[in-house]
Amino acid sequence: MIWTNAVIQGLLLGGLYAIFACGLSLMFGVMRLVNLAHGDLGVLGAYFAIILVEHLGGNPLWTFAAVIPVAALVGYLLQRFLLDHALNGGELSPILVTFGLSIIIENLLQQTFGANDQSLNIGALSYQSWKIASDIYVGRLNVIIFVVAVLVIVALQLFLSRTPAGRALRATADNRRAAALSGIDPKRTRAMATAIALATVAVGGLFLAMRSSFAPTSGSADLLFAFEAVIIGGLGNLWGTLVGGLVLGVAQTVGSQINPADGILIGDLVFLAVLAFRPQGLIASRSVAVR
Amino acid sequence: MALLRLEGTTAYYGHLQALHELSIELEKGEILAVIGANGAGKSTLLSLISGELRPRDGRVYFEDHDITRLAPHQRVRRGVALVPEGRHLFSTLTVEDNLLCGAAARRQGTWDLAAIYELFPFVKNRRKHRAAVLSGGEQQAVAIGRALMSNPSLLLLDEVSLGLAPVVIRDLYEGLLRITAEGTTLLLVEQNITEALRVANYTICLLEGRVVLEGAPSSLTQSEITEAYFGRQQSKDSSSPKRATRAKK
Amino acid sequence: MSDLLTGQHDVSVTRGTLGSRVALGVGIAVVVALIFAPAVAGDSATNNLTQFLILLIMAIGWNLVAGYGGMVSIGHQAFIGFASYAVLDLSIHGVLAWYAVPMAIVLAGLISIPVSWLAFRLRGGYFAIGTWVIAQVFQLVIAQQSNLGGGAGASLNDLNNLNPINRDNVTYWFALGLTVLSLGVTALLLRSRVGMALVAVRDEEFSAAATGVNVVRTKRLVFILSAAICGGAGALLCLSNLEVQPNSAFSIQYSAFMIFMVLVGGIGSFEGPIIGAIIFFVLQQSLASYGAWYLVILGGFAIIVTLWLPRGIWGAIDPHHRRSLVPLRHRIDYDDIE
Repeated sequence: MIWTNAVIQGLLLGGLYAIFACGLSLMFGVMRLVNLAHGDLGVLGAYFAIILVEHLGGNPLWTFAAVIPVAALVGYLLQRFLLDHALNGGELSPILVTFGLSIIIENLLQQTFGANDQSLNIGALSYQSWKIASDIYVGRLNVIIFVVAVLVIVALQLFLSRTPAGRALRATADNRRAAALSGIDPKRTRAMATAIALATVAVGGLFLAMRSSFAPTSGSADLLFAFEAVIIGGLGNLWGTLVGGLVLGVAQTVGSQINPADGILIGDLVFLAVLAFRPQGLIASRSVAVR
Repeated sequence: MALLRLEGTTAYYGHLQALHELSIELEKGEILAVIGANGAGKSTLLSLISGELRPRDGRVYFEDHDITRLAPHQRVRRGVALVPEGRHLFSTLTVEDNLLCGAAARRQGTWDLAAIYELFPFVKNRRKHRAAVLSGGEQQAVAIGRALMSNPSLLLLDEVSLGLAPVVIRDLYEGLLRITAEGTTLLLVEQNITEALRVANYTICLLEGRVVLEGAPSSLTQSEITEAYFGRQQSKDSSSPKRATRAKK
Repeated sequence: MSDLLTGQHDVSVTRGTLGSRVALGVGIAVVVALIFAPAVAGDSATNNLTQFLILLIMAIGWNLVAGYGGMVSIGHQAFIGFASYAVLDLSIHGVLAWYAVPMAIVLAGLISIPVSWLAFRLRGGYFAIGTWVIAQVFQLVIAQQSNLGGGAGASLNDLNNLNPINRDNVTYWFALGLTVLSLGVTALLLRSRVGMALVAVRDEEFSAAATGVNVVRTKRLVFILSAAICGGAGALLCLSNLEVQPNSAFSIQYSAFMIFMVLVGGIGSFEGPIIGAIIFFVLQQSLASYGAWYLVILGGFAIIVTLWLPRGIWGAIDPHHRRSLVPLRHRIDYDDIE
């Protein structure tokens, strides 16, 4: 039963990873840009929520309504004023710029808030659970996170496949030149991708803050988890990203079951195994090659 | 008012000059065929009009507005659409999605999905298939359809017959004639001059970035065209190529 | 011009200019002078120089993989930490620390081979994060080894019975020697066939492959050498700190430092790492009291330099590679045309 329990808890954790991962995947798909500050921006959202709750009180759950639009706006501006320039500079440029951004955010947060763990206290919801079998309890918050993760992916998928804006994103991802020649505004499309990415990663950051704790350096850890989820699942495919997140979550929780200190390591090893033996990911999409 | 006007445009790729003070006028409703050998500057000319390349000197006017500084997607909104060489479809999108992308500019007009499917019926059957699995001729039709979905006043076509069988080329050109019947002005760039000259009512021949011959196809002899194409006969005064009156078809 | 074609002039193909030969002479003189530094400077100044040289070695290593190899790795701290721990492990097994250093460097180079098998399956930004994950794996695995001190780390006790000043001096000379060695290896590599292949790959990978350059093997060689060089820095860190600890040995901060030094100095140039290391070291000393702010400044500089000064300071001084200490380009000199 402990193994079944570990798998179930891992699947729920995987939902959170999928939320972190989908924004990273989207930005890479649309503009081949890997945002190394992705995780840090999510954590920034969590700190913003902390400030909001400090000044306006109430159950932190309401902060979703404030943080998500602000995150989207920040994403739009970030793309227009920084990342677009980085994209013009050649292959190394976006990596170096986003890495620099990551360092700035993490250390500013540390200077402002200190290095200690923080969390968002949402009251009873954070420790209530449902009993689904004789020995297995699932945290209500964890289930909510999982459900939201699936909803986010479904919503994103529908957005991409059914709406003109989503089509514009897919077209730009497919062939940048042809997209511009079809009348699609490249700048606006890229900024939209980043806005969506930051909105989703902010959701992830808030959930992380409510589910456990976070610190300025959590962003790096989140980035690595998001990346592993994307690669395990397979590039170019949102469902793959969901699967990747679930696999990573299960690997980590099963790993901690084997040895409490080994959770993250086992996750890393599963990632490396996928990279070694099936580099196109578990759900290989026909559209994108890994290299 | 000429629909399209280029005035004294020069274009460079790095240090290489591709176009030398090129001036061209295109009237509404015309079908202009731009012919010339490889490297003559045909695609460069299209790039200037579509917005992918800025001229180092000179201006581009569309409907009397100076569009020289506009980006490609902005020109689509004005009514200039390019069908690029090699088609450049969105290979991971379905045919229908490809066409719908063409409507991103949201211009009003007669061309919508139904009209495109009527123009190219064989495309309708494949509309849910990914563009990558279509044949060359079908892809070319989709590329033309995608550009049409923006309801352009000026449709630019870059080597649409490249790599296609003659029978397919004939079908495509029939389609082009039906497009002009709806009022769209066409500018074709072709190496396959037979079909292009058959449908065009005016032609311009480029050589090394300059206009060396122009006129209504019916008024030009085969040897004139060949010589201009290959540049064997240098006219004494290369700045004033042989002109002929423009005839509307 | 036509008389050139009739072969009536002597034509010579050279690599150096007068300027570059002078610069090389000055460089050699500086190195020789530095050998005597411990005699002139105090112990703490010598230690500072050692720290500086360790940073410089890291910069040389990262410049090789990113500037010449075109691969932005943010996981090279894996090799720094690995070599640090290799020295510790070897000394636990009875190898004297001084002998452990070259062995650690070789081991770092060797371990980078399987790392490259994995990392090379990724490209660009994903390659960068991939190397970071691999570095994390190194850290997590080593933190589990209780014989190496586990999560808390361990001390290098091998050299405890030495006079501290002598120990520091020998460490310093090791650092100086490794710096010269790293520079020398880099110079030789760049002037060799592999070096030309590197420039070709960096300029246009597809075409390079078409002309017969084995792109993967070339990149792998560069990756291995850069790992070994960074391993040298790691080994020296163990010697100079006399202890190793997983969190600090494998810290991502090393990548931040390396990126800063190489970007500011001039990525892909021979002189860049030297300039960058000097600037970074000075910054680090003067901003030491500001805590995390100096890292914020580092990050800011990385962004500013990448966007507005992509070739760094050396790129601004010598954009056409005429003053290089290590001349790489071939020049054709006509005896009466300069």
